[in-house]
Amino acid sequence: MLTFLARRLAQVVPTLFFVSILIFCLQQLLPGDPALVLAGEERDEQALAEIRARYRLDQPLPVQYLYWLGGVLQGDFGESMRIQRPVAELVLEKLPVTLQLGTMAFLVACLIGIPAGVVAAVKKDRAWDWIANGVALWGLSTPNFWLGIMMILFFSVELGWLPPSGYTSLREDFWQSIKTTIMPAFVLGNAIAAVLMRHTRSAMLQVLGQDYVRTARAKGLAEKVVVVKHALRNAAVPIVTLGALEFGQLLSGAVLTEQVFTIPGFGKLIVDAVFNRDYLVVQGVVLVTATVYVSLNLLADVAYILLNPRLR
Amino acid sequence: MRTGSCAAIAAALLFASAASAQTLRIGLREDPDVLDPTLARTYVGRIVFASLCDKLFDIDEQLRIVPQLATGHEWSADNKALTIRLRPGVRFHDGEVLDAEAVKLSIDRHLTLQGSFRRSEINVVQSVVVVDPLTVRLDLSVPFAPLIAQLTDRAGMVMSPKALREAGAQFGSRPVCAGPFRFAERVAQDRIVLERFEGYWDRASIHVEKVVFQPIQDTTVLLANLQAGQLDLVERVNPTDGAAIRRDRRLRLVGGDELGYNGLTINVGNGERAKTPLGQSARVREALELSIDREVINQVVYAGEFVASPQWVPPTSPFFLKDLPMPARDVARARRLLAEAGTPSPVVNLMIPNNPDLRQVGEVIQSMAREAGFDIRLQATEFASALQAAARGDFEAFLVGWSGRSDPDGNIYSFASCKGGQNDGRYCDAEVDRLLDEARAVPDAAQRIAIYRKVAALYLERDRGRIYLWHRKNLFAHSARLQGLRLVPDGLIRPQGVRLQ
Repeated sequence: MLTFLARRLAQVVPTLFFVSILIFCLQQLLPGDPALVLAGEERDEQALAEIRARYRLDQPLPVQYLYWLGGVLQGDFGESMRIQRPVAELVLEKLPVTLQLGTMAFLVACLIGIPAGVVAAVKKDRAWDWIANGVALWGLSTPNFWLGIMMILFFSVELGWLPPSGYTSLREDFWQSIKTTIMPAFVLGNAIAAVLMRHTRSAMLQVLGQDYVRTARAKGLAEKVVVVKHALRNAAVPIVTLGALEFGQLLSGAVLTEQVFTIPGFGKLIVDAVFNRDYLVVQGVVLVTATVYVSLNLLADVAYILLNPRLR
Repeated sequence: MRTGSCAAIAAALLFASAASAQTLRIGLREDPDVLDPTLARTYVGRIVFASLCDKLFDIDEQLRIVPQLATGHEWSADNKALTIRLRPGVRFHDGEVLDAEAVKLSIDRHLTLQGSFRRSEINVVQSVVVVDPLTVRLDLSVPFAPLIAQLTDRAGMVMSPKALREAGAQFGSRPVCAGPFRFAERVAQDRIVLERFEGYWDRASIHVEKVVFQPIQDTTVLLANLQAGQLDLVERVNPTDGAAIRRDRRLRLVGGDELGYNGLTINVGNGERAKTPLGQSARVREALELSIDREVINQVVYAGEFVASPQWVPPTSPFFLKDLPMPARDVARARRLLAEAGTPSPVVNLMIPNNPDLRQVGEVIQSMAREAGFDIRLQATEFASALQAAARGDFEAFLVGWSGRSDPDGNIYSFASCKGGQNDGRYCDAEVDRLLDEARAVPDAAQRIAIYRKVAALYLERDRGRIYLWHRKNLFAHSARLQGLRLVPDGLIRPQGVRLQ
């Protein structure tokens, strides 16, 4: 177990290094001069030259990369060109927002997806199965931004129950915070619930056909116990993997949903930064999300081992 | 200590209860950039500044220049020195006194700070002289009539010397000015909160206690917030949403002419891509103009809410040339011109910023010009990439807008003069250059109009270095309980006189 963990940890460093080079290079492929975008209408050659010098945009790429990497290793992610605030500060400001939204969306997904998958598997080829499958198909194929706008129009404009957009932090006002995030969390969770439901269903079907389930039933155990304790626990491994990956994706920011609901999280930060060619912000956010993603993968591996004693 | 904190809590509670009723919530279409008058660049940033930082001068609904932090000004006989008298008793948000020294410090900072975007606006200023505590004199290198107009915007904002000393280049993260509201907090991409400044020199005109700006990019969501009562006022409403807003009894739609324009920039001299029939022949450009019906664009794409126009200033501007006609669509004549130019069906690659309404404009132009024989190919390009392509000369024609300045010089000089920083098509004509410089040197409006008429005769009627198409309107939607909003053509939201019932 320990050597396994150590080996996986050792893989993290080169992965992140590779990610950092990749994101740096990919960005340079984007057309558009950051200084020109920053200047917008105020295109003054002298000011442009000063901006290029200040952010080292006039230097060769490897030099720019090394300066950036050097800073990152010392915990300095540089500064946003657009609003002139440290990138690390922006990331720290957005992290709780994205964490909250991601966690809530994940909860929504699990609460809907897993029970629906279990029911669909147990009631295979009956009405409940068809209904669950139909809903899952709908969830998978509904575009986030459309569902988001429809929910805003219905719950905020028509009924006036929830604020249409914006974000209040949990610390500021707990209920208001829940109110501002429940719609985006549902929109995000909805799509993932569908994926989770499909996976849970197939994993459960596989397990339910196994001998030990028949044995459990033959022992006279209640159906509930058989399904939840014996079948679901063994079906959980692929579900956990998928869940961790989906959660990782949630934490890298939900671009469209955050845009529609104006949630100031990672997704919005990174999209705005790309359009503004705010390179340092893009690099910083991608590096942080890559780290989160890699860590979640690691956690999923640990969870396997805890769930499946045979892997120990 | 304990009484202090109790008092603070009591004050906070009192404030919170009163603030909920008296908070003006404004929806912006983008997140503003840095809130430093020297370094700022965006239009939405200027909207925030209108509540935060007063300027030496302001403009009114008729585009007249009115004093704000100044009380008056006079030009020297040779038009090379501008003396400004300051309003007495004005204080900054930090309690410091606004005097001639502070004005000098702010203008000097605009002229010297690294990365200043104000330098090019006022670089004719050679020195700022403190005459007495309430009088400053700006000495210029050449006569420059648009200077006062520049001082009605960010170049005329006066920043607290104490805050500048303490914050330096970080001033923008906690700006301290002399406007009606003081900076309270900013959460990037979420909100900017300003609180009323009780020591404001024109305190009687301010009726709300707080202003909150919220950037919301999606126009549907922006409008939904207004309809749901989460915002009181939103800027730059989509013209196509106009009908729905007018139907809603709780909302009001108001709009006035803006200062800018939208039109076609044509590459006539910037590199290889200028060597097209359109770039080389004024006849082909005239044919293109004649094939387009500007009013059709306005009706089809903008529900008729905007103003079709062939000029660089809108009809409400005193500098609008009344005797410059808008050419009517004439397909037969356009075909004749193309035949004369020897290119009956020229190919034109038209670059358009990739957003829905401008793409639609491109399609309307494409189909109208096709009837005259043009083969227009649309290149929808993401905005940042389009900007760079335009600056490099990597375009044939570019559908682009300009937000406009209150002085006409700001709409034409850097676009049409040979060395102009925004002259992407590299139009260059010695006589136009001479006239544009002449228009800068005379403060008299009537004389300047006569000069601009001559510029139009060459730049538009003879050469068609650019084809102006329409002026937008500043469309605002607000809740019916908001009153007293003044519509100044610069499209900024001035909090003076605004009330929430």
